[in-house]
Amino acid sequence: MEHFNLALVDWSRAQFALTAIYHWFFVPLTLGLSFIVAFMHTIYYKTGNEKWKQMTKFWMKLFGINFAIGVATGIILEFEFGTNWSNYSWIVGDIFGAPLAIEGLLAFFLESTFIAVMFFGWNRVSKKFHLLSSWFVAFGSNLSALWILIANAWMQNPVGTRFNPDTVRNEMTNFFDIALSPTAVFKFLHTVSQAYVIGALFVVAVSAWYLLKKRHLTFAKKSILIASVFGLTASLFVALTGDSSASNVAQTQPMKLAAMEGLYDGETNASLYALGFLNNEKNNTNFKGIRLRSMLSLLAFRNASAFVPGVNDILNGNKEQGILPAETRMEKGRIAIQSLADYKQAKKEWNIELASQKLQEFEENYPHFGYGYFTDKEAIVPPVKLTFYSFHTMVGLGLFFILFFAWLLYASMKDKVDKYKWILHLSVWSLLLGYIASELGWIVAEVGRQPWTIQDLLPVGISTSHLSVGSVQTTFFMFLVLFTVLLIAEIKIMLTQIIKGPEEGDSHV
Amino acid sequence: MFNNLSYPELQAYWWIIISLLASVLVFMMFVQGGQTLLWQLGKTKKERSLITNSIGRKWDITFTVLVTFGGVFFASFPLFYSTSFGGAYWVWILILFSFIIQAVSYEYRTKANNFLGAKTYETFLLINGILATVLIGVVVGTFFTGSEFSVNKLNITHVSDPVISRWQTVTHGLEAVLNITNLALGLAVFFLARVLAMLYFINNIDHAEILKRSAKQLKLCSVAFLVFFLLFVGLVLTKDGFAVNPDTRVVFMEPYKYLHNLIEMPVVLILLLIGVVDVLYGIFLGAFKTSGKGIWFAGAGTIITVFSLLMLAGFNNTAFYPSTYDLQSSLTIHNTSSSKYTLTAMSWVSLLVPVVIAYIWITWKAMSKRKVSEEDIENDTMAY
Repeated sequence: MEHFNLALVDWSRAQFALTAIYHWFFVPLTLGLSFIVAFMHTIYYKTGNEKWKQMTKFWMKLFGINFAIGVATGIILEFEFGTNWSNYSWIVGDIFGAPLAIEGLLAFFLESTFIAVMFFGWNRVSKKFHLLSSWFVAFGSNLSALWILIANAWMQNPVGTRFNPDTVRNEMTNFFDIALSPTAVFKFLHTVSQAYVIGALFVVAVSAWYLLKKRHLTFAKKSILIASVFGLTASLFVALTGDSSASNVAQTQPMKLAAMEGLYDGETNASLYALGFLNNEKNNTNFKGIRLRSMLSLLAFRNASAFVPGVNDILNGNKEQGILPAETRMEKGRIAIQSLADYKQAKKEWNIELASQKLQEFEENYPHFGYGYFTDKEAIVPPVKLTFYSFHTMVGLGLFFILFFAWLLYASMKDKVDKYKWILHLSVWSLLLGYIASELGWIVAEVGRQPWTIQDLLPVGISTSHLSVGSVQTTFFMFLVLFTVLLIAEIKIMLTQIIKGPEEGDSHV
Repeated sequence: MFNNLSYPELQAYWWIIISLLASVLVFMMFVQGGQTLLWQLGKTKKERSLITNSIGRKWDITFTVLVTFGGVFFASFPLFYSTSFGGAYWVWILILFSFIIQAVSYEYRTKANNFLGAKTYETFLLINGILATVLIGVVVGTFFTGSEFSVNKLNITHVSDPVISRWQTVTHGLEAVLNITNLALGLAVFFLARVLAMLYFINNIDHAEILKRSAKQLKLCSVAFLVFFLLFVGLVLTKDGFAVNPDTRVVFMEPYKYLHNLIEMPVVLILLLIGVVDVLYGIFLGAFKTSGKGIWFAGAGTIITVFSLLMLAGFNNTAFYPSTYDLQSSLTIHNTSSSKYTLTAMSWVSLLVPVVIAYIWITWKAMSKRKVSEEDIENDTMAY
């Protein structure tokens, strides 16, 4: 067991997870729909056809309803780094704050300035300026995703940084190492492309519902055609970037990869578990299902005979593979923590020789610093089953979306999309599957890296604020009630607008 | 160019940027001020729609300024972010809560089947209008009056209790409201936001009745603003301040510190006077001439005044976020800032600020060519 206040850590964690999960209900649709609106707006600009204007306005209206609640849930996420993760804010603020500031400066202003023009500029600005505004909103939204994902990627793979014992924090040493790290690049591409899939699924679901109800037939067919091109391209890109992301995880977060694959004992020619169940026992041989031999080694390290470490290798060490046992790392971590305290004390007493000796000791052991806060090695294992099933379900759904959009595109091009009722029903329900896949992706990313806030350097338990558990419990329930009420309001408004359809001009009561 | 700046120069540069952002935020809170006037100036449903459509086209910019202000403060002075947000928890949570309910209210208020009803969303706007202005004013007030917290970076080596910044009151920031200086600033910001909102309406809304009511209310709110603002300035200039010894970095109490700062930084004194005169002239134009130019004078005056107040708080060897619990835990621009590397990297990014200001200005002008009118709203299917 760790020493720190577990109740406070868990409630702070719960509050952040709650906010992030709610926020992520809305963001993918904003990212995806913004481009679809911009595409339609462009066609209207080029053709002058009023039907395209009507379509643009309809999807723009739905975009606006979703955007407002996305903004509402987003503001609290940013400030929760300070309110609930005060230690984290100081220890990594030198690195983590910069992407947030740049996000505000470069992306949010672009988005918020031009969104007013996009919505209210139909008769106030030139057609060209108006179209540009739609594109600026789409770029602004996606640019904001870039910077926050760079920040998140750095937490998973802390590059371009060094710990400064004098200021007692991590400091940035190379901005470009952080901004262009492969973890950041793959994370951004994978995340935004799956957001485009959600945007496409949303348009398909609404349009398929119209076709089922035999309403707005031309509008619905055109929308499905655009969305299926967009969705197929995006879902293929999701698969491609997902593969690169997983390979990156293998190199930077081996414990997360082991949890994603339910791999307890590492092996060469490691198998990929394609379909099946994990048994309760901590032994990979108890996996029941279809295995693809050597595939995991190939996908993780681009080498079919590569060794993939399992949970037990990381916990108990593997001399042959050069993996240190967790207990050794914990011991080295404790030395790092103590030598930091001794170094500061020696400096205070002007004992230069001792300070220099302790500094060297600290720097030698710093790569294990975070492990020093644990007393039980099992604490470094994330929830394996949750990570495993989330990952495999997400991958399965990802493959389904490729087939789904390919078929939809084929049917649209043959003008047969309204002939198959079952596929229209499936189209409506696929939106839900899209949201499930999207949230599962974040569960893999965030649950899989537990117990670390910053991989190997800062455990979640050390990152909190000095608050009472009661305060955090109160705000947790405040946000739970508020976000749920707002979500209900959003869904009701959205459904009402969809039922009214694109030909209803008046959106008001 | 930034690579040649010294560390203290970079810290000063970022304090100036923070102060500018805070000043723009106070100006942009005319949106919040307008939300508190919804029922006072809008007697009918149509009139209230005019008001929400006027300020509703700007709410997102105010929101973005707040978020950017938070991000930039985090990036440039992370120890403030960690100490204030994690410590004055309840004040910040209330402020943020009010912004959450604001963000959906414009879009959802008049939409069919909106679950809570138009009145609830209008009440959300009112709550945000009051809480955001008063509490942000109160928080800025603590820059001059102090808060009860301690900071000890070595706590990180205490495995069982590693938190560096600790607030010492159970009310976690709410106690600041009970301080007369903080409250005076909070109420001054509240009435200033209302004053700016009415000047904005005079500039932006085409409706004789709303303009008439705005001009009348403007006089009352301006008097209230002046009373609280002068009370705040009077209290701050006559109180002991939190000074820092530049050689030893030891924090100590200095009688009339902020008055001394004003005298020792004549540029700040001149700016403060220009700002106040500008605000007063803007009010005069709006209240007595019903001129649409009032918002520009009062807006520029607001930015200059708030900027100079923050210069008083952070420059001339002053602790900008003082601790009354442990003076040596007080935060200065030197002991809270990011590393030289980060400040330099961020400074390069800051060169894009003029570009941002330019496109905001262009779109603002383009969208404000025509005043918001009843006819305008009736013909716009996207209107709030």
